[in-house]
Amino acid sequence: MLTTASGNTSVLAAERVSKSFGSVPVLFSVSFDIRAGEVHALIGENGAGKSTLMKILSGFHDTTSGTIRLDGEALTLPPNGQAEALGIVLIHQELNLAEQMTVAENIYLGRELTKNGFLNRAEMARRVSDMLAEVGLDISPGSRISELSIAQKQMVEIVKAMSRNARVLIMDEPTAVLTEAETELFFKQVRKLKAGGTAIVFVSHKLHEVSEIADRVTILRDGQWITTKPAGEFTLDSMAQLMVGRELSDFYPPLNEADVDADVVLAVRNLSTRNLRDISFELRKGEVLGFSGLIGSGRSELFEAICCLRDRDSGTVLVDGRETNFSSVAEARDAGIVYLTKDRKEKGLLMEQGMRPNMTLLALPKFTRHFMLDRAAEQAALERGIRRFDIRTRNPDIKARELSGGNQQKLLLAKIMEADPRVVIIDEPTRGIDVGTKQQIYHFIAALAAEGMSVVVISSEMPEIIGVCHRVLVMRSGRITGELTGDAINENEIVRYAAGLKEERTRV
Amino acid sequence: MTAIDFKTLGPAMALILLCVIGFMLNPAFLSEGNITNLLTRSAFIGIIAVGATFVITAGGIDLSVGSMAAVIAGVMIIVMNNSIDTFGAGVTTVLIGCGCSVLLGLGAGWINGTLTTKGKIEAFIVTLGTMGIFRSLVTYFADGGTLSLNFEIRTTYRPVYYDSFFGLPFPVWVFIAVSIAGWVLLNRTAFGRYCTAIGSNEAVAKYSAIKVDRIKTWTYVLQGLCVALATIIYVPRLGSASSSTGVLWELEAIAAVIIGGTVLKGGYGRIGGTILGALILTTIGNILNFTDMISNYLNGTMQGLIIIVAVWLQRGDWTRRSPPKT
Repeated sequence: MLTTASGNTSVLAAERVSKSFGSVPVLFSVSFDIRAGEVHALIGENGAGKSTLMKILSGFHDTTSGTIRLDGEALTLPPNGQAEALGIVLIHQELNLAEQMTVAENIYLGRELTKNGFLNRAEMARRVSDMLAEVGLDISPGSRISELSIAQKQMVEIVKAMSRNARVLIMDEPTAVLTEAETELFFKQVRKLKAGGTAIVFVSHKLHEVSEIADRVTILRDGQWITTKPAGEFTLDSMAQLMVGRELSDFYPPLNEADVDADVVLAVRNLSTRNLRDISFELRKGEVLGFSGLIGSGRSELFEAICCLRDRDSGTVLVDGRETNFSSVAEARDAGIVYLTKDRKEKGLLMEQGMRPNMTLLALPKFTRHFMLDRAAEQAALERGIRRFDIRTRNPDIKARELSGGNQQKLLLAKIMEADPRVVIIDEPTRGIDVGTKQQIYHFIAALAAEGMSVVVISSEMPEIIGVCHRVLVMRSGRITGELTGDAINENEIVRYAAGLKEERTRV
Repeated sequence: MTAIDFKTLGPAMALILLCVIGFMLNPAFLSEGNITNLLTRSAFIGIIAVGATFVITAGGIDLSVGSMAAVIAGVMIIVMNNSIDTFGAGVTTVLIGCGCSVLLGLGAGWINGTLTTKGKIEAFIVTLGTMGIFRSLVTYFADGGTLSLNFEIRTTYRPVYYDSFFGLPFPVWVFIAVSIAGWVLLNRTAFGRYCTAIGSNEAVAKYSAIKVDRIKTWTYVLQGLCVALATIIYVPRLGSASSSTGVLWELEAIAAVIIGGTVLKGGYGRIGGTILGALILTTIGNILNFTDMISNYLNGTMQGLIIIVAVWLQRGDWTRRSPPKT
């Protein structure tokens, strides 16, 4: 049981809670409690078990073992968000508001006030207006959600939670998409709620925010509880250190020596977009370059801009030292630059199609002869891809949807390889796939680099970045803030750059 | 696999069933004259529906085809009538009319496609708008009445609808040619694959280096071309155009596509099914003409029932669940 310094009893507590998904354990006997009128920050790396714990505390997941107590009483939380009735509200990172409805309609969604069988719109508007005034939010109850800024939407979610008499408010990275000014405004409301006695769980990767707003901090690592202490007893560095500190095994393939004199294949100079500022970097032949940083730091956006998947404001992209002027994804592909999305289901594969059309889609012009598709060549590509990337299926005619996550990822790798790329950009190469396949994919990456291909790995998993990359660039808020090479690549340094504790002022 | 087989064979089975019913009601149904008549009647909707298969497979919709056919027919007639003084009432004038038809079809399709892609307006809205515009234009050109083709030109142009070649009327040959070209384009070329990919998931298509806007625009241009071809063989039939020309053709074309097994929300298209769908729709009307049991006025009811039943059968939920993951 956690030590409770004051006599203040917890509103909601998890005692020695464990959770497994199938045979995969993700939480090991974790204890966590929240008191009325405090902000309790929960921090840890991606995959540390934060989301799982939050979902257990709000009833979205059940526990494998352990006890949940509400006001000291052991209970089983009702599933699917019905815990809201008990005053426990989880605010998801991707907000759950109906974009085309008004603020008042959203706040009263599912429990509308009625009079004589008709909606009592005036009364709802009046009450919402009061609530908005209370939190100091200057919007009209009649505004459409789609017209609001993200910070305002975030506040509407909170007002909605408060209108349901939330006693425990669990927020998953609420500030991830907010600007600094918006964050300040948001914190003002959080302090107001705290003063009113609400218990708040705050999950964030931004350590300086944690130290600013939190009363207590709990750190998780690899599903284990590490420590819970008053925020004042941590420094930013000690938080980062406790989050990290894992030993790497030979899970990762041996890297060939990076050749610092190899030709520069891809060079980006002063690239800017709506959210990126002045990005410059170089990529050499046979190099594995990691891009680390928090979610939303602009890593995917950078490479989507390079491949013409997004608009660019300014900047140049040079391939083999020659300036390029891609106007389409196809031109980037023809120049040998391909981007493998992190969003397999929505942007990567045609889930309702078979493996063959998926395999050849990116490089389809290569499979065309006299305007007709060369089916034999397509079949050969499928067999080649299955062999090279060890795609395991009982039946090659099944739809992409029916493949496991790991096999989908391998299919996606095989698909981009059909374009004969020279620069492969892999965004979150192992998201949502099992450990065995992860290891295989790391070995594929190393093999590609050994063959002389240049690979960019964008990843939020630090061990992965450290394990497979020759060099790492860290991004924060749309800029590259640090560069790490060789032995200097470690989690501590990356976290510091990513969280904004450290920044290289003079970058080339 | 039962679901898959039924999906592909369903329309063919339905057509055979209709033919059997037709024959039982009146043996004259299967006479050579009636079969030829039936195929010729199917040609208009069939050709337009082949174009619609591409639009729908790529995730779009075109509601303007009926009005487009009417306005193209109207303009063709005006152009040909005005060409007599210069070029006489011969083949040249008819060719000018046909060329004009093709250009108008391509242009109208391009407008629909560009407004949808570059203008980022939903296809339903764009084509609903152009449907109204085209319809009112033909009414305006005809001054509320009927545009009639000059009688001399009619004589020259008449064979395009009424004459046969190797026992089949010209419209049927055009229908066959368009069908084969459409099948090859959809199933054997990169363009067809791109249409399917875009209809399945536009984001995936974009990330796979497909020029989504360009391909989508092309599907509407193709649709316009199909409408132009259908109009070229339609005009000599009556030799006139009015505000009631081509009314509801868009719905018949879409119905033919859907009965044929193409998925309305895109991503899966079947030209063969579309052709069968067009034949099924025409056959229903034809059978009702042959029998007194059901009033001919209930033609729409029968077509509507067939569409609903066809889509219900294609859902396939009532067979079996998808196999487990590997």
